[in-house]
Amino acid sequence: MVEELLHSSPGIANFGIFFLLGAVLLLIVLGFVTYGILAERKVMGYMQLRHGPNRVGGKWGLLQTVADVLKLLLKEDIIPKAADKPLFILAPVVAFAPSFMVLATIPFTDKFQFADIGVGLLYYIAVSGLTVFGMVLGGWASNNKYALLGGMRAAAQMISYEIPLVMSVLGIILLTGSLNLNDIVEQQENVWFILLQPVAFVVFFIASIAELNRTPFDLPEAENELVAGYHVEYSGFRWAFFMLAEYVYLFAMSALITVIFLGGWLPLFDFLSFIPGAVWFSVKFSAVVFVYIWLRSTLPRFRVDRLMEFGWKVLFPVALANIFLTALIKTLFF
Amino acid sequence: MELLNLYQNNYLIVFVFLCLGVLLPVVALSLGKLLRPNKPSDEKYTTYESGIDPFHDSRVQFNVRYYIFALMFVIFDVETVFLYPWAVAYDKLGVFALIEMLIFVIMLLIGLIYAWKKKVLQWI
Repeated sequence: MVEELLHSSPGIANFGIFFLLGAVLLLIVLGFVTYGILAERKVMGYMQLRHGPNRVGGKWGLLQTVADVLKLLLKEDIIPKAADKPLFILAPVVAFAPSFMVLATIPFTDKFQFADIGVGLLYYIAVSGLTVFGMVLGGWASNNKYALLGGMRAAAQMISYEIPLVMSVLGIILLTGSLNLNDIVEQQENVWFILLQPVAFVVFFIASIAELNRTPFDLPEAENELVAGYHVEYSGFRWAFFMLAEYVYLFAMSALITVIFLGGWLPLFDFLSFIPGAVWFSVKFSAVVFVYIWLRSTLPRFRVDRLMEFGWKVLFPVALANIFLTALIKTLFF
Repeated sequence: MELLNLYQNNYLIVFVFLCLGVLLPVVALSLGKLLRPNKPSDEKYTTYESGIDPFHDSRVQFNVRYYIFALMFVIFDVETVFLYPWAVAYDKLGVFALIEMLIFVIMLLIGLIYAWKKKVLQWI
């Protein structure tokens, strides 16, 4: 049915159907964010020898995040007098919209996917770069010293780590000769790209943590230096959208790593192919999310000068060298 | 025609995602207006500065380093714009393109080394 839909001429009806399907994905993502936050708090709790949330919603605290969201919804909306009001209102929207847009091209399984566009990977990287506008805008519009510093740091960090992120995937593009994420998954039938491109994986993973603003690279919102960084002045649901954008990116980035490095929905071994692709995808995806949480509770925060030097002096040359090494090996031996 | 439809539909989906991404905050914030209280008082609307009254505008002159990093970003991001199509078409281009790209990247690398020596990459 969907195949026919995709081949019919585009119009309002198609728009409506895609809109409903997209809304379903939005609900799935919101569900992930709700329980992703709970999982993060629980995992971090156990890693720090405590229980984490355990009051609301039974022993596991299953309703904790729901209660948090409802609380945020009932908070008074405060826009400081000194702030630039239109930009202040615009910033959370600018930060959130690209985080959901990037999900359009990610193939979750061979059937469950949305836009199958030729430049899927490039689209992801280009659109995900837009979020930094929301952060700088939020920091600047707040007219608050902490917020402005946080916004500037966010911009400096994200543009510095975007380059190794973008360059590390070039090794994979060299191997596949395609930017389409479906093609990239299908080429991993025999061996996953994490084994063929280990250097690219390490660089990509480190840069992705910096792009997600998570510990050890959470300098833009360093609580004990900048209070909360670019969203100091935000409260209630406007603040919630900055947080939501961050966790939707966690979802998107984990999904992207699963797709380009861990073989997407493909099984680990051929004889295990009776297990459906959706299960494989969610297992790998959950593993990646778990590693992100694990790193957050293990590593201390970087120092700001080290952060920039590490990005430009280590990750960037390594990513460049990886590209040419891959190209050279490919020309000489294949 | 078939292919054109497929192409257009896929980009229609991208547009749908853009609409959803913008609509969710807009709808949630407008609906939230009905739920949240509104009891304005002057103290609530002052800028937060760890308890003391803010004493001047926060939009001050910024360290030029941020600007230099932005310049470097533009240079190397444009480089990736050239590297992407090269990588996609690498199978067809062969060794000649590899050497050409190597020369191009080395020229930019000289720029990086220059910035390195000038201590631009150091954050003080």
